[in-house]
Amino acid sequence: MTGEHCDKVLLVQAEFDGEIDAAQAAELAAHRAGCPVCRAAAAELAQTRELLRGADLYQPMPDAVRGTILSRIAATRPAPPARRRWFAGWRQGWIGFGLGAACAAGLAFLLLAPSQQPLVEELVASHIRALQPGHLEDVVSTDRHTVKPWFDGRLDFAPPVKDLAAAGFPLKGGRLDYVDGRPVAALVYQRDKHLIDLFVWPESSRLAGAPREATESGYNVVHWSADGMTLWAVSDLEAGQLADFARDWRQKP
Amino acid sequence: MAAAAPDGKFEAAVLPHLDAAHNLARWLMRDSAAAEDVLQEAIVRALTYFPGFRGVNPRAWLLQIVRNTAYGILKPNRGPTLVPIAAEPEPGAIAEDELVSPEADPEMALICSRDRRRAYELIAALPLELREALVLRELEELPYKEIAEITHTPIGTVMSRLWRARRLLIDAAREQPA
Repeated sequence: MTGEHCDKVLLVQAEFDGEIDAAQAAELAAHRAGCPVCRAAAAELAQTRELLRGADLYQPMPDAVRGTILSRIAATRPAPPARRRWFAGWRQGWIGFGLGAACAAGLAFLLLAPSQQPLVEELVASHIRALQPGHLEDVVSTDRHTVKPWFDGRLDFAPPVKDLAAAGFPLKGGRLDYVDGRPVAALVYQRDKHLIDLFVWPESSRLAGAPREATESGYNVVHWSADGMTLWAVSDLEAGQLADFARDWRQKP
Repeated sequence: MAAAAPDGKFEAAVLPHLDAAHNLARWLMRDSAAAEDVLQEAIVRALTYFPGFRGVNPRAWLLQIVRNTAYGILKPNRGPTLVPIAAEPEPGAIAEDELVSPEADPEMALICSRDRRRAYELIAALPLELREALVLRELEELPYKEIAEITHTPIGTVMSRLWRARRLLIDAAREQPA
């Protein structure tokens, strides 16, 4: 420290931090012309910022901590009753439909019930959020043998991860997400420039469900169930291609 | 963008700010395990207080809770304090217990860049209130008004704390050049 002092240094600092208006700035500029202390202060402020921002000191939340926090939030929140009722009704209806529907399912996509709308909105919002820079994948890999083990210990279930590169949907990676009041796996696939988020979490019913589709804010959504998991694919991909993705996923062993 | 699910308001308010919450807790506690404890506790409090949250700034709201939780652990007894069993800190600009031993933190082992390590040590050595102001301004890049809100401090105090923090950094950097 120089030992010299000037009452205006806090104003110099405020200018440096972008916190003063034009009138104050003009007044300060006039003062600084004749004040060596304030000129030195401005240089030092720039020096501290360089020291800090160049050093990558930000401490984002590690995945393990995020997983614990998300579980803690999920634990306080029962799944919304309306949605539960719908699922229950859907299951009963499914049994009523009989297996004939299973054959038709491969050809015809059913529309999602309107009561699924909040979940669809939430999934699309998650997808859009994930498209922000740096938010898409926590684990970046085209190898399912890297992506699948990454979820170990981060989720209380093992999500199925399939390699669909041959079908034109290469795997890009995966991340933890939070949907419908619980932590879920989000797998990221790609078709040309379009990204597909595949959200996966366990479902108590082990019945395989026919694909259902919806559109929300210009994004297409396809939902199906398999092997005790519920799966939701969300993408700006054209609906037909997203349906192909769902079909390829379901056919792939 | 679609609105958040009606039952997902808490998540919509809080989840985007988890990194900020962690960054603040981590710098206040200077220890990853302690930071995680603070966050666990802060989330429980946030869930409890959320029905009463009417504000427009969920980030400031959450960081305020994180900060209060951290202070509750760091300074459980403000005013005349219990004398710690270890040597009592000297009254001074930088108290003895404010100095961190980087070797004690396993995370530091991963920080290989010398400049980064030096910057880390310089900030970690700042007194709590100064460190908090500096981290919120320089790492979180918040405006004075929001820092004042989070730290329950008048803006003038935020400004003088920031200034003192930066002066200490400059002086320390001069004393031990890279």
